[in-house]
Amino acid sequence: MTQVLDDITCRELVELVTGYLEGALSDADRTRFEEHLEICGACRTYIEQIRLTIEASGQLTEEALEPSARDAFMDAFRDWNRSRSNPGTSD
Amino acid sequence: MSSLAATLRLRGLGREYRPRMSWLKERLGRGDTETDLVERLRDGDEQAFSDLVDQHGATMLRVTRLYVRDRAVAEEVVQETWLAVLNGIDSFAGRSTLKTWIFRILANRAKTRAEREGRSVPLSAILATDAATGEPSLDPDRFFGLDHPQRPFHWAARPRDWPHDRVLERETLELIQSTIDMLPDTQREVIRLRDVEGWDPGEVAEALEISDGNQRVLLHRARSKVRAALESYLDPELSPS
Repeated sequence: MTQVLDDITCRELVELVTGYLEGALSDADRTRFEEHLEICGACRTYIEQIRLTIEASGQLTEEALEPSARDAFMDAFRDWNRSRSNPGTSD
Repeated sequence: MSSLAATLRLRGLGREYRPRMSWLKERLGRGDTETDLVERLRDGDEQAFSDLVDQHGATMLRVTRLYVRDRAVAEEVVQETWLAVLNGIDSFAGRSTLKTWIFRILANRAKTRAEREGRSVPLSAILATDAATGEPSLDPDRFFGLDHPQRPFHWAARPRDWPHDRVLERETLELIQSTIDMLPDTQREVIRLRDVEGWDPGEVAEALEISDGNQRVLLHRARSKVRAALESYLDPELSPS
């Protein structure tokens, strides 16, 4: 019954999900992973939940830079630009 | 790739998901537009620089704060990085993307500054330790034990389908945001870069100077926790928080 020992369990599958989605599993592990999914609806549901988690995270707003920091960077740019076009007069 | 894997991957991407700043990403994307952007920066085009700051500035500041805690110091590091980018733009050869190049400069500057500020443990070591710490993705009670006669390590309390609409509701997204905010620093940063901002795995590994494997472990931990928080919220009967 080596076949049985080779099968991955649900508990193992949840730890391999990210490796699977990243395409980082070995061919053998990927095959075992997919074979398990074919017969296990609960694990298919789990992967679907991970997929929804990723999709929902993608909907979050990317944070914006504080105006004060933004202004400081733009000022640095203007200084750089000025000193570059008038090398003698900067500082 | 088998058809099952193809289906899962296709379903995982695309869909009517539209990143907020996609127009900007398109403008700053690879290829001709990036060449164009580099040209404009070389010409001292303020709008080009302004777009770049809007796209990367907040992320740069956040990544820097993994190395140096102090906000004002972190801002200085980002400012120095911008100047290094501008001073080096003439020699930027496009062998990597502009983004990768900028974040590589940033990581070097932040690391040097952290050493000067006396942060004794390098970030790379912290990240590697975090990644090596064993931590199950789920409560072990969700699975049968080894002693189960028929199905050892299979689901004892299987996950149940979530209503797709509820997952994308504002309140749910707020829960995801607060869950991400409470993650350990390194997991939080990896999931933000990957899943919120849509970076490639390689870009994240390079910007944080960690291995691809550690990047994956941190992402795995982070996603597993966010999923668990969603389950507690969407299916409290199954998974009380």
